[in-house]
Amino acid sequence: MPEPYENAKEAIAPTGAGGAMDLAMSEAETVRADGRGPRSLWSDAWHQLRRDPVFLVSAALIVFLVLIALWPQILTSADPLRCDLSKSQQGAAPGHPFGYDTQGCDVYTRTVYGARASITVGVCATVGAALLGSLLGGLAGFFGGWWDALLSRIADVFFGIPVILGGLVFLSVVTSSTVWPVVGFIVLLGWPQVARIARGAVITAKQHDYVQAARALGAGSARMLLRHVAPNAVAPVIVVATIALGTYIALEATLSFLGVGLRPPTVSWGIDISNAAPQIRNAPHMLLWPAGALSVTVLAFIMLGDAVRDALDPKLR
Amino acid sequence: MGRYVIRRLLQMIPVFIGSTFLIFFMVYALGDPVAALFGDKAPDPATAARIRKDLHLDQPLWKQYLLYMGAIFQGDFGTAFNGQKVTELMAAAFPVTLRLTLVAIVIEVIIGITLGVISGLRRGRPLDTGLLVLTLVVISVPTFVSGYLLQFLLGVKWGWVRPSVSSDARLDELILPGIVLALVSLAYVTRLSRTSIAENVRADYVRTAIAKGLPRHRVITRHLLRNSLIPVVTFIGADIGSLMGGAIVTERIFNIHGVGYQLYQGILRNNAPTVVGFVTILVIVFLVANLLVDLLYAVLDPRIRYA
Amino acid sequence: MRGATHAKWAAGAAAVALVATACGGGAGSGGADGILSSSWGDPQNPIEPANTNEVQGGKVLDMIFRGLKRYDPKTGEAKDMVAERIETTDSRNFTITLKPGWTFSNGEPVTAKSFTDAWNYGAHVGNKQANAPFFSDIVGYDDVHPASGNPRAKTMRGLVVKNDRTFTVALKDTFSSWPETLGYQAFVPLPRVFFTDHDAWLNKPIGNGPYTVESYAKGSGMKLRRWDGYKGDDKAKNGGVDLTVYTDNNTAYTDLMAGNLDLVDDVPAQQLKNVRNDLGDRYVNQPALIIQTLVFPMYRPEWSKPGMEKVRRGLSMAINRKEITQQIFQRTRTPTKDWTSPALGRDGGYEDMCGDACAYNPAQAKKLIQEGGGLPGGKLTLTSNVDTGSHRAWMDAVCNSVNNALGRGAVCTVNPVGTFADFRNQQTAFRLTGPFRSGWQADYPLIQNFLEPLYYTGGSSNYGKFSDKRFDALVDKANRETDRAAAVKDFQAAERILAAQMPAIPLWYQNGSAGWSDRLSDVTLNQFSVPVYDQIKVS
Repeated sequence: MPEPYENAKEAIAPTGAGGAMDLAMSEAETVRADGRGPRSLWSDAWHQLRRDPVFLVSAALIVFLVLIALWPQILTSADPLRCDLSKSQQGAAPGHPFGYDTQGCDVYTRTVYGARASITVGVCATVGAALLGSLLGGLAGFFGGWWDALLSRIADVFFGIPVILGGLVFLSVVTSSTVWPVVGFIVLLGWPQVARIARGAVITAKQHDYVQAARALGAGSARMLLRHVAPNAVAPVIVVATIALGTYIALEATLSFLGVGLRPPTVSWGIDISNAAPQIRNAPHMLLWPAGALSVTVLAFIMLGDAVRDALDPKLR
Repeated sequence: MGRYVIRRLLQMIPVFIGSTFLIFFMVYALGDPVAALFGDKAPDPATAARIRKDLHLDQPLWKQYLLYMGAIFQGDFGTAFNGQKVTELMAAAFPVTLRLTLVAIVIEVIIGITLGVISGLRRGRPLDTGLLVLTLVVISVPTFVSGYLLQFLLGVKWGWVRPSVSSDARLDELILPGIVLALVSLAYVTRLSRTSIAENVRADYVRTAIAKGLPRHRVITRHLLRNSLIPVVTFIGADIGSLMGGAIVTERIFNIHGVGYQLYQGILRNNAPTVVGFVTILVIVFLVANLLVDLLYAVLDPRIRYA
Repeated sequence: MRGATHAKWAAGAAAVALVATACGGGAGSGGADGILSSSWGDPQNPIEPANTNEVQGGKVLDMIFRGLKRYDPKTGEAKDMVAERIETTDSRNFTITLKPGWTFSNGEPVTAKSFTDAWNYGAHVGNKQANAPFFSDIVGYDDVHPASGNPRAKTMRGLVVKNDRTFTVALKDTFSSWPETLGYQAFVPLPRVFFTDHDAWLNKPIGNGPYTVESYAKGSGMKLRRWDGYKGDDKAKNGGVDLTVYTDNNTAYTDLMAGNLDLVDDVPAQQLKNVRNDLGDRYVNQPALIIQTLVFPMYRPEWSKPGMEKVRRGLSMAINRKEITQQIFQRTRTPTKDWTSPALGRDGGYEDMCGDACAYNPAQAKKLIQEGGGLPGGKLTLTSNVDTGSHRAWMDAVCNSVNNALGRGAVCTVNPVGTFADFRNQQTAFRLTGPFRSGWQADYPLIQNFLEPLYYTGGSSNYGKFSDKRFDALVDKANRETDRAAAVKDFQAAERILAAQMPAIPLWYQNGSAGWSDRLSDVTLNQFSVPVYDQIKVS
């Protein structure tokens, strides 16, 4: 697949959709043939997470980020759209600790307000891609046969489209100053990657003894999928999703750089980063703060994913 | 195995048709390219009509698609607006991008795996945590930021390397863009090999090897690495396809006249032959790379059998 | 120009003769064989004179061709080049006599037929030349280029070859300043080989200018070398020019600083702050024939209904041009005072016509917009393509300026369009519902070219569909004048109507800018912001 990898890099599992096995298993194998049921797996994991400092720190950070995304007024009383061009690119000043951007807007205020759009894009796109991807990937893996062939080939078709072409087309046809077209586009782009992981995980889970046992006892397809297979396939998807979340926020920045991302008056880190990057010689502070905020957010989500993965993987205990 | 390969090859046909049509449709949806050919002047209606007719733009979409595919099967990929044959553009662009991809992959492999192994062996220690944070920061930095930054620092401020790539695109000129392109993948390779090493280092066969009294480096290279690299190798296999697809941003920043650049020009000018032609080749590369990765998997892991 | 206005009709008027005499003559002096490298962009169309309407292809044509007339790079005056004289008694039938001795670089003499063949080729609809309308004043154009259907003739009746050095041109109407348009590149002569072996010509164009093409690698670069057999008196003062295609003008600038490139003729906006520091006085920034405006969609009743002229005027007064040109463009744009360009000069018709309406006055702006009934729907959306230039930055700045002036929050928003092609389609299909960007680079240095195509009813680039009977009448009157000064007066009278109606807000005049390495000297730009390559000296 052309462009997407440059920024929207899928963490793992790049094997062909037709592959019999998936990397997800090595990165996040959750189910051992030791007879542990899904419920005890989860409660075990929670027990461990509560004592994991990485989890506690990242969770606290995420709670904080979500709070300022919901109520940016907690940290600033200024208006992010109030700009004074005469202060263009000036450095820090009293009351404006991060300085000003090219338009003379306060970088601190914009960084705080930018959290909302960026986190909305990241979280919504991730949830969307994860749901759609695991649904289709799960169905493909569970039923196999021509379902699998069809869904995997559809995923291949989407993989083949360069992200920039898709972005220019999709986002120039659907114009809106909300975040939803961008979210929709990323979901459209991201689901095949999740689908691969989910498919691989479901295929693995399906073959475990207890699932076979349930089948032998006459459990129906729906019951088996929901009760036995899905819980075991969810973990790798969660891991991938937390990594993808960071790349999706970064992808939003690239889309803005190419002129098709979020639009003003929406304030986002992506818009600010794309405006600041070419000015790196003149005003590095313009880049530093939104890029720093983006990195911290990505870090928090990936650390969370890491902690959850470790907790779910008995082998690493 | 043979039957499996044939089945996969057959399945490529609908994917190929599906993606070319989708891309054709997308370029079509971008709109009429003719108005832009006239700059800021109003397009002359008679001339514009002629151009549309010659490009089959006056036909319905499905017919345009059939005409285009028909021509492709005769080896005619059409012409870009500047009068160059798309096949000429491809002949010029693909070797350049291939070299860039090669450089990026080599960097990924050498640095990524080294860091991953170090990190995996020191799991949970400060060095591991430090590398983890570093790779995560790298993941979160968009390519255009790292590109501009490294170009300015290394190319201009310190003058270590040439900031742009000449039209020959020699390998040594491609090192810096290769690093920028590899950065994000590098982070993934590091993380993948770290996880894999961390898991395998507790495996019984490693314990056995150590118990046998084998020297540490031998355990690592012969036993641990070999078994841990399966996911990494497959990742890189698939990455070749994606990197080939052209690093539009990287190529633009470093003035590389490769696939990404041509694709971007084609998109900006709504030139269907260029865009669809390049993407068609990319789809083929992608599909073949996918198949090879799956087969490679079976070779590396004897437990997997294809029927 | 390139990025900023996107591919305008850059009729290249490059350096000419007059300067040559002052500087002493070329060959022999130190470094006369030095070769310079210069940034380039991939030409949009094949490099055919009648099919090149953007500055990158124009650069090359300007080096390898000389036409009947040539615009003086300093004054913009159209001076005879290959033409010995152009005579007329009725401003409608012209007799053109060529200077003797001119040849193409392959040795073929430049004859009257070289011109008529080239013009007939450019006009013929079957050749799909973008500049065909430039020949539309000639009798017989409609036969070779009918609005629909097949052409009825191969050549235009109005062109008649009298002998090797003379031909006559009959126009459909009187057009007193027609000879002055002949400096445009579409009117250059073409050698036989252009018609007999077209592909070979395209791979290595042959012309009659001071340079010849040594090699052309499409998409990556072109090497041009001085042609010692050149017949004009503006011989090149360097050994040649290597044009290199850059994917991004920022990369070209970076290469200039790293010493890999000699000349960048489009300094990117984000580097303007550093130019003095990086290049010292190896930098030029001078007015060009380019103006940027915000055009109102007058085809939308909510923008054109009576009373809205106050709103349009108010919006113009809400834009702080001075601050934007200073902070965003580092003074490489000049706040506008009219709808033309300072590069025309006072005699050419440049004068402060806009007055108070172009001065920043937030209080008055607010008042006028209220009196006029407010913004349609209480909102304002500005549209432009953002794939090139720094359109995004100035649009944001204009919106902020309007929002600050009106004090009603974010009423003004920008609508960035990803590709120029998409923007052009929306513009030419009249689908835009709010003000949109228009960058206009004049084809030739005449006030007529800034007004008629843009604001005359049904004008070729009147994308706002502005229509005013008095304006049209004044333009018609001006075109009939045989006295240049009188014509300019009429055009200025027409411009006053624009000032009252404000169908387009003039924003700023765009300068040409270029930076160069310490190997070069005597770098100047012509009015079309193209470097005058043949005058550059290499040490």
